Amino acid sequence: MTEFFQQLINGLSVGSMYALIALGYTLVYGVLRFINFAHSDVFMVGAFAGMYLGRGLGQASVGGGLLVMLGAMALCAVLGMLIERFAYRPLRNRSKLSVLITAIGMSLFLENAGQLVFGPNPQPFPATFPSRNFDLGQVVISSKDLVVFGVAVVLLAGLQLLVLKTRIGTAMRATAFNPQAASLMGININTVISFTFGLGSALAAAGGILWAYKFPKIDPLMGIAPGLTAFVAAVLGGIGNIPGAALGGLLIGIIETFVKGSPWSTWSEAIAFVLLIIILMFRPAGLLGETQPEKV
Amino acid sequence: MLLARPRTLLGAALAVSVALGLCQQRLDPYYVDVLTRIGINITLAVSLNLINGHTGQFSLGHAGFMAVGGYTAATVSMFAAPHFLPANAPAAFTLAWFLAALVAGGLVAGAAGLLVGAPSLRLKGDYLAIVTLGFGQIIAVIFRNIEPLGGALGLSGIPAYTNLFWVLATAALTVYVVTTMVNSTYGRGFLATHDDEVAAAAIGINTTRCKIVAFVIGAFFAGVAGGLYGHFSMTINPKGFDFNRSIEIVVMVIVGGMGNTAGVILAAALLTLLPEGLRTLAGYSIPVPWSAQPWSLNWIGESRPLLYSMLLIGLMLLRPQGLFNWGRRGSTATS
Repeated sequence: MTEFFQQLINGLSVGSMYALIALGYTLVYGVLRFINFAHSDVFMVGAFAGMYLGRGLGQASVGGGLLVMLGAMALCAVLGMLIERFAYRPLRNRSKLSVLITAIGMSLFLENAGQLVFGPNPQPFPATFPSRNFDLGQVVISSKDLVVFGVAVVLLAGLQLLVLKTRIGTAMRATAFNPQAASLMGININTVISFTFGLGSALAAAGGILWAYKFPKIDPLMGIAPGLTAFVAAVLGGIGNIPGAALGGLLIGIIETFVKGSPWSTWSEAIAFVLLIIILMFRPAGLLGETQPEKV
Repeated sequence: MLLARPRTLLGAALAVSVALGLCQQRLDPYYVDVLTRIGINITLAVSLNLINGHTGQFSLGHAGFMAVGGYTAATVSMFAAPHFLPANAPAAFTLAWFLAALVAGGLVAGAAGLLVGAPSLRLKGDYLAIVTLGFGQIIAVIFRNIEPLGGALGLSGIPAYTNLFWVLATAALTVYVVTTMVNSTYGRGFLATHDDEVAAAAIGINTTRCKIVAFVIGAFFAGVAGGLYGHFSMTINPKGFDFNRSIEIVVMVIVGGMGNTAGVILAAALLTLLPEGLRTLAGYSIPVPWSAQPWSLNWIGESRPLLYSMLLIGLMLLRPQGLFNWGRRGSTATS
């Protein structure tokens, strides 16, 4: 039973990071209807930005950790906007396949350029947040898990507020609903899409920092596996749906952690995809998504 | 048109492959090696072109099917052969057994294609991309967990049955099947599915079925290519069929022009030769006036994936119809 709770805590903490990454996929899919493959590599860049910023910080402290995270989020937001501006925007009226291929190309570009710039070997991530363990009887809660879960919840709540209550959030929802009609209503579509990419990339960076804080070894290919799993989480929750992404992320994080703790641990990498195929077979719109009929 | 008379071309190509296969011993082993890899890559790229180009789907898991075929064929010729073939079997027996191994590899890969394609091909293209990508991952995990097949280390000691005849004949057969198929009445359904799925369905084409058939045929040939590759390199491991391998094949299709078989053949040959050229280039260094240290081109040797990624982005932005598509209407990324 104690092992169950321990695994549950672990799963929640990993799952909340998946949720943060999944949000980026969902946001971009919501407005542009395509899978931003490069998202998982923005996550990686976020972790590296955090590493360089964190090295300059020295002492680990809560304020410093937050500062590093905000810095990395800002950098990645700019990176995400640049990617959108120069790689995706010129293709906006082309076939979806062209955009998809460009996104895959961008993802490979970031991975390989990362190997040239950061070096291919894993590097230690500096301690940005202080960490200690809380012993609750038999279950041990690390402050790492608390920080990860807490930051993720705050960001998720903030995002939900932003999308539902602010002007730019309303513009995002309008663009997702019908880009042409939105632009007729005076919404600058380019600004909204650029903002969406920035927002998604900032969340990916936050996810990257938290990931590196929990598993403090980072390398240029670190984004691939969590990125794919997070994408599956977004589909599981219903792609384009923000609470769905959060739910999907938590579910997948918990399932994966339990499989890793079981005798079938060598199969854990395949779990996400087996789940994906099952979802696509039985409920392609995801848990919280709605099926939309295709219009001609 | 380069491929306007597929039957004549098939005959010619088969004759060439028999001739090259017979005099392989007298050729420089380096050229045989490069030519073999070109042939295998043509098979892979042309079969992927049936899925990604002609039918307009997007598979990122071609290397996964190659792995299935490679492992199956290797199993047939390594573990099954001793039970059925006498030790001193005549050469014709061994040849027939190899053919059976290749076909078995193709069939099992085709079955895997059906298994993956049937649930995901009902959905939109980007889902298929992710599912096939995931399939490649799952395949790697499965083969890593099967100890009798060598686990993560892979299988080695596969008999070297592959020669130029098998490779070039397979490539020629793949090109023949794909071109004649696409030009047949049934195959027009593939192109219609690519051009406009809703309109194709409205005139009575079962688009899901078209997609699945294209996918299974593509997977079959990828499996055969995997079998050839295994019996050529004599050792296979799960890492050799990873995502990067799939991307290499995708790049060949895109550089050649999606749906343009002749272009894809050319691109497969060129992109196989490219690393050889890069390797030569990497030996040089450029003297720079502001520094005593000449600028070494060594990094080019390892930068193939980086180059491929830039090729993908650049082509999509500047020439989405591929390098070798001169004003041909029809199956391109833009239409």
